[in-house]
Amino acid sequence: MELYHLSIEEARRVLDNGELSPVELANSLLDRIGALDDEICSYITVTKEKALEQARDAEKALKEGVRHPLLGIPLAIKDNICTKDIRTTCSSLILENFVPPYDSTAAKKLGEQGYVLTGKTNLDEFAMGSSTENAAFGRTKNPWDKARVPGGSSGGSAAAVASSQCLAALGSDTGGSIRQPAAFCGVVGLKPTYGRVSRYGLVAFASSLDQIGPITRSVRDSAIVMNAISGNDRNDSTSAEVDVPDFSSALGHDIKGMKFGIPREYFREGLDRGVEDAVAAAIKQLESLGAHPVEISLPHTEYAVAAYYILATSEASSNLARYDGVKYGLRVDGEDLSEMYRKTRESGFGAEVKRRIILGTYALSSGYYDAYYKKAQQVRTLVVQDFNKAFEDVDLIVTPTTPAPAFKAGDKTDDPLQMYLTDIFTISLNLAGVPGISIPCGFTSQDLPVGLQIIGKHFDEATVLKAAYAYEQATEWHKRKPEI
Amino acid sequence: MDIEHLAMLAKLNLSDEEKALFAKQVGSVIDYIGKLNELDTSQVEPTAHVLPIKNVFREDNIQDSLPRDKAMHNAPRKDENYYRVPKVIE
Repeated sequence: MELYHLSIEEARRVLDNGELSPVELANSLLDRIGALDDEICSYITVTKEKALEQARDAEKALKEGVRHPLLGIPLAIKDNICTKDIRTTCSSLILENFVPPYDSTAAKKLGEQGYVLTGKTNLDEFAMGSSTENAAFGRTKNPWDKARVPGGSSGGSAAAVASSQCLAALGSDTGGSIRQPAAFCGVVGLKPTYGRVSRYGLVAFASSLDQIGPITRSVRDSAIVMNAISGNDRNDSTSAEVDVPDFSSALGHDIKGMKFGIPREYFREGLDRGVEDAVAAAIKQLESLGAHPVEISLPHTEYAVAAYYILATSEASSNLARYDGVKYGLRVDGEDLSEMYRKTRESGFGAEVKRRIILGTYALSSGYYDAYYKKAQQVRTLVVQDFNKAFEDVDLIVTPTTPAPAFKAGDKTDDPLQMYLTDIFTISLNLAGVPGISIPCGFTSQDLPVGLQIIGKHFDEATVLKAAYAYEQATEWHKRKPEI
Repeated sequence: MDIEHLAMLAKLNLSDEEKALFAKQVGSVIDYIGKLNELDTSQVEPTAHVLPIKNVFREDNIQDSLPRDKAMHNAPRKDENYYRVPKVIE
């Protein structure tokens, strides 16, 4: 097997026993990126020099007997997560030359383990989008079918993992931005519980919904990265003071007797036939492993997208006020301060970002607050209550990750509402703050990957990973690789 | 929806094409959002936070901070230790 196809788990073994050097592994990935990425466009910045430097450091550490789960492991980071002294653009012209003077907590924690950074991955501008087409430096292609989108907004991370241009990657998920691209690219994507992973250094889109998480080629690798990045952080007051279990030790236990809720609202008309068949087969598979599927209801599911687009755009319009051309980022000169702001923001932001700022400004503007923002927060309460009630009876909830497989590039760019509705199955988890994983569960007749979403209780990623691992080990889907 | 007013509030210049396009697109999203009115929420508390988080306090101790040149490294215009902006006071 080529080195770049190794999982973190496999690479760990050969790095630790000296059969493979971190420099050799880093070079294999860098060559792979050189050969593929002009076409796939999963990276905005490839950090070749940095990667080789970190790999040499890892080699030295290994020889000295140092051992960490991610020591010498080549990983990519979504380009809205700050990396010290490495350009972090958010796929926006307004941050084209922004070089953070500090590390995000997630990147810092990977650094403490001696990881190797391959580069910063592409995304929809400021993580606003579901296709990685709203990208200032070029759209990412789906490795399974290059005419199709990889999903978004973490499309660069998902495509890089699927095409073996890194061993794993970090993404961020505000309404499905880890899970939807993971589903479209046939890889594993986990959105942790809100508060599980520090958001310090994650460029804010919608602060009450954003969460960093891993995109990997296996469930075990997901657990390994979660072990590294989880935990309370004094720099993020919304990160939770909750103990972090060893996620790896949650794997490998049977799931006999576990109750899986199957929400009927996720299996209505409009669900793609290939997705429906694959998910139905996956539920049978879970049943054959001893789990009990139970039909449940999450009655407010159909309102989640509407509530989300009020809350997310309101928070975004406020968060993006900081891009004013004064302290960092693009500046376009104007006659006075106000004109400088307006011209800077006109030139620096792309169309989707402007659209969302306008929508959020509308929702928060005088006289509309109760009708929109407050109403959406009340509906959010109903969505939270749906999950709380469901989890009184079941251990986990199982759904398709998306209503359809990857769509063709350009198909939804003219109709924002249609684009927003592609996140219909992932958005309610962000509203409720609960964790969810997408794992490969089959292919449609056009050979496009299908994702199975497993949802857990707050801070119960361990049970989510346990069930995902049991399913993965009983199937072969995760072993298929795109022909590139 | 008065796009021009909203663009002014958001400190955003929009072209005439953008104004026309956004009015149509944002309008259709707002129509869709109107579906929330199907729900009676008169007795529902709005969510302030999904987790039971209260104010988080810590001791006011001096910590390491960024040196000034590092903190100002990304400034588009600066003058020694100051950010330069167009004249604000008449």
